[in-house]
Amino acid sequence: MASMRDIKRRRTSITSTQQITKAMKLVATVKLQKAKNHAESVTPYFDNMYNTVSSLLAMTKNINHPYLKVKSGGKKAVVVITSNRGLAGGYNSNVVKLITGDSRFSKENTDLYCIGHKGIEALTHRGYNITDDDSEVMEAPVYGDATRITRILLSRYAAGEISELYLCYTHFKNTVVHEPRCIKVLPVDVKKGRKKDDDNALMNFEPNPEEVIDMIIPKYVSSLLYGALIEAVASENGARMQAMDSATSNAEEMINDLTLKYNRARQGSITQELTEIIAGAEAIS
Amino acid sequence: MAEAANVFEIQIITPDRVFFLGSGSMIEMTTTEGEIGCYPMHVPTTVVLTPGIVTIHDAKISDTVEIPEAIRPDGSLIAAVHTGFAEILNDKVTIMAEVAEWPCEIDKVRAEAAAKRAQERLDAKQEKTDLMRAEQALKKALVREEIAAMEA
Repeated sequence: MASMRDIKRRRTSITSTQQITKAMKLVATVKLQKAKNHAESVTPYFDNMYNTVSSLLAMTKNINHPYLKVKSGGKKAVVVITSNRGLAGGYNSNVVKLITGDSRFSKENTDLYCIGHKGIEALTHRGYNITDDDSEVMEAPVYGDATRITRILLSRYAAGEISELYLCYTHFKNTVVHEPRCIKVLPVDVKKGRKKDDDNALMNFEPNPEEVIDMIIPKYVSSLLYGALIEAVASENGARMQAMDSATSNAEEMINDLTLKYNRARQGSITQELTEIIAGAEAIS
Repeated sequence: MAEAANVFEIQIITPDRVFFLGSGSMIEMTTTEGEIGCYPMHVPTTVVLTPGIVTIHDAKISDTVEIPEAIRPDGSLIAAVHTGFAEILNDKVTIMAEVAEWPCEIDKVRAEAAAKRAQERLDAKQEKTDLMRAEQALKKALVREEIAAMEA
């Protein structure tokens, strides 16, 4: 049985860890609230963009535009969105698993555009090729960041260096459910079947459909990226909140257990002392 | 309020907020093909916007959004909209803008400085300058100045 002092020391150390996890949980909760509101304000833009692009594509099936054409030969580019900080449970490793567990993304044929230090660390370690690191974006994503990254990606796409573009991030379903997702961005592959198809049956495009596609697709890509960044921030804080919550309650459990052990040890030592004193007194008499 | 047939729904959405939600009797905007005005029952069209002023006539703001700008005495609302596109349906116009600002949100001093900078860059005509971007920046700054002046 561990000595009383050891148990006490251990209990103190766990108590201070618990204070830290408790504080982190509170911080994550506040940040989550902010990120969640932000994520909700992005949704209308994103939904409208998706609807417009899908109706646009439904109507322009026969157009031969580079953004819509399936190419072969080039590399696959993946934008991986993770967090800059750890202590968020399985948040980062779940995103990393999307890449490592997917046979489409071989190490030789994939260029990774990473946003978030944790993803970079894990993927470099596994031998993937990291082309670009935009981790500082994660601190406070703004729309300008999304357009800047999109511009780089689209110019490489136009130059034929990359033939497909994917986006891996964590979708924020609600405060407790976040699911890692990998979506294909380019070539654009929007599911057909919009709710109000008849509305757009006679849509005109000015100046012409090609130029409209030329101009809308980059905006579509950056809105996807922006939406993903915002959702990732919300998911990160949600995941951290959960992780810290369970860490705090685990610490609580351990503290209770140790307190019990400590009391038993104390009781034991008192009993032993008493026995010794009585035995000593008996020996003298 | 005008008769139901003479107004249509208008939405202006930016990545960070629902910029305007409500109705109006006519909307004016600047497209790549020039300035257009559009009444209800317009043929469904999607147009590409360039930096310019969007004017909503007989604007009515929906209760669900808050707008810092007040409707002007003639019943119209003006806003600066930079880059985006508009989807015109016969009973609804949706403007998807990357940046949109109400006149009261514009920093006039900054806009003037930006216009000067962009003009200088264009005048310098260096090989490296991205002409398209400089031109775009100049246009945006000019629109900001113009709308700020309209408000004053």
